[in-house]
Amino acid sequence: MRLAIPLTITFVAGMIMILQFFVPATQSLGESLQEWYMIVASFAIFLGAMNLITVHVHKIRFRAKNWKYSPVTIAGFAAMVLTGLFMGIETGRPFDFMFTTMMVPMGATMFSLLAFFVASAAFRAFRASNWRATLLLASAFIVMLGRVPIGSMIWNRIPLVSEWIMQVPNLAGQRAVMIGAAMGMVATSLRMIFGIERSYLGGTD
Amino acid sequence: MAKFIEKLGTVDRRVIFLLMALAVILPLAFRMNLPIPIEEGPSKDLYDAIEALPPGSRVLLSFDYDPSTMPELQPMAVALAQHLMTKDIKIVSMALWPMGVSLGNEALTMVGDSLGREEYVDWVNLGYKTGGGVLIVRMGSNIQTVFPNDYDGNPIADMPVMEGVNKLGDFDMIISLSAGDPGIPAWVMMAGDRFNIPIGGGCTAVSAPQFYPYLGTGQMVGLLGGLKGAADYETMVRLEEDDAAPGTATPGMAAQSVAHLVIMLFIIIGNIAYLSTKQKKGGLR
Amino acid sequence: MNWEVIGIWLGALLSLSLYSFLYKDNPFYKFAEHLFVGMSAGYWVIYTIMNVLVPNWWQNMVPPSGGFQPIWIIPGVLGLFMLFRLIPKLSSYSRLSLALIVGTGAGLSMTAMLQTNALAQVHGTIISLGTGGGWFDWVSNIIMVTGVVCGLVYFFFSKPHEGVMGGAANVGITLLMVAFGASFGYTVMARISLLIGQTQFLLFDWLPTMGINL
Repeated sequence: MRLAIPLTITFVAGMIMILQFFVPATQSLGESLQEWYMIVASFAIFLGAMNLITVHVHKIRFRAKNWKYSPVTIAGFAAMVLTGLFMGIETGRPFDFMFTTMMVPMGATMFSLLAFFVASAAFRAFRASNWRATLLLASAFIVMLGRVPIGSMIWNRIPLVSEWIMQVPNLAGQRAVMIGAAMGMVATSLRMIFGIERSYLGGTD
Repeated sequence: MAKFIEKLGTVDRRVIFLLMALAVILPLAFRMNLPIPIEEGPSKDLYDAIEALPPGSRVLLSFDYDPSTMPELQPMAVALAQHLMTKDIKIVSMALWPMGVSLGNEALTMVGDSLGREEYVDWVNLGYKTGGGVLIVRMGSNIQTVFPNDYDGNPIADMPVMEGVNKLGDFDMIISLSAGDPGIPAWVMMAGDRFNIPIGGGCTAVSAPQFYPYLGTGQMVGLLGGLKGAADYETMVRLEEDDAAPGTATPGMAAQSVAHLVIMLFIIIGNIAYLSTKQKKGGLR
Repeated sequence: MNWEVIGIWLGALLSLSLYSFLYKDNPFYKFAEHLFVGMSAGYWVIYTIMNVLVPNWWQNMVPPSGGFQPIWIIPGVLGLFMLFRLIPKLSSYSRLSLALIVGTGAGLSMTAMLQTNALAQVHGTIISLGTGGGWFDWVSNIIMVTGVVCGLVYFFFSKPHEGVMGGAANVGITLLMVAFGASFGYTVMARISLLIGQTQFLLFDWLPTMGINL
């Protein structure tokens, strides 16, 4: 009984979204559902934020590992929320200043660290241990050379070969994966709509 | 020699990090520049598609990325804004990612000010909404319901740039600068195939290979893939417009070239060390 | 006070703190990492309130022109139920919100995936066999069609890969290896591009504030 209502909601919402594709009369119902989806999905952000604060407060209370840095997380969160709410988010305001001068460089740096790790991983783990691995390596080398100006300086046809690899074997492989994943997604969506797949609802209490 | 090669295989990773850093810093510090040949491909296809749009056309530009992928996508945003504004094409921008709003605003303001284009007349930033694909489908029937105001809270109803634009189908093209999900696939599925709107895109190099099937079927009109795509577009825009501001992607291509060669060298040395160790173990047996 | 220079220094110091992780984990890195997490969460919360909840929910429920639209209470209540996930006694109410999200998303993506990622791709594969062009285009199209079919055979695990199936699966995995090699090449490019971007900031925006012009 406790699962009956959520499963019914899933079924009705799913069927409206499918039917509005084919039946014009369900269009307005579908549009309302789409607007409600945006609002309900937005509350998930608050869930994440509250969970973040709860975890860090818990860390401070129980002196867990790295607890001394938890006030930094909470202070950063509070600074953005308070300046955004009380001083506005327009260009030039403290909120925008903190985003541009602190969050943007930090975000860019976080992911740029991966360049070093990809170099280290390529050195240690990329092994041409069989002919297929060698084929993968050769394809990678041609594409890496083809995507930079130095490739055309070495041989003017490298960019063409690289583009052919992207437009023929790569396209074939990606298309096979895409079609397979689409079939899987359709099956999973139908299972969810008809209540066969219930893992998103958590436990069965 | 064999011992040296084996030792190379066990070198401290911090040495690799240092070499990688030098491979990027030195070409940039010495302002090394390499010519960027423009080849036929997805970058040129996107450029040609935009060139074919008449002045006064309306393009929706969606900034679906955040600062972590800014080095690849922000140069694309600037080059595209330059091309569109120079051709007097109206830009309506939005974001499916919250941080894309500010980054997009930065690009549009910078280019708009340099070319004397007015906000609300030639371009507008509608801001961010949650929802991804669901949001796009809703915009397919009514944009004002989704975006009653722009990024700054001003009602969009009376803005000159929004005149005649009520739903997605009123746009002549949609371009998504995408770092993940929601992004290009959502636009292709929910806007391109559903409402028959030409879709162009710019994406990180990581995701570029997976969009080639869309290019092959014509579901996308063109694609800028990674920093090379951005550099290609900057070069094409500068070839047409003498006073186009220099971008940041083109100077980066020399560093990109050296770094690629260094990584290829690492892979070759790693494999030589591996083969040498394997041969030695095979010999011992 | 030159806020631009202060901003550049803030960005540079935080970037270098994060880069210090490459030597080894240290307090500067941990500080910057924790700060970034907190600020990102705060940014998302503010943008969600200002860009979504206020214009699309509150102003629909309580329009600026006056009045009250009670229908909009429903998504508000469902949104609130989402937050009940944090309270163990009330967490079962969050299932109603999740059910709406999952049902809407599943219904929409089912039709879209089928049309865009399955049917259009199959159509594109078959149609390529009939397109014109020289012998090179013809050979490329054959390779492409063979690759798609054999790749799909490789992912079909309900039948053992023996005989003809096995042969086709072998061809499929071979072409997939070429595709994965191309993906690896692009991934390497992407990672290096991000490093180039940050290096440009440090070399051409930060160093000049100390009088070092490269």
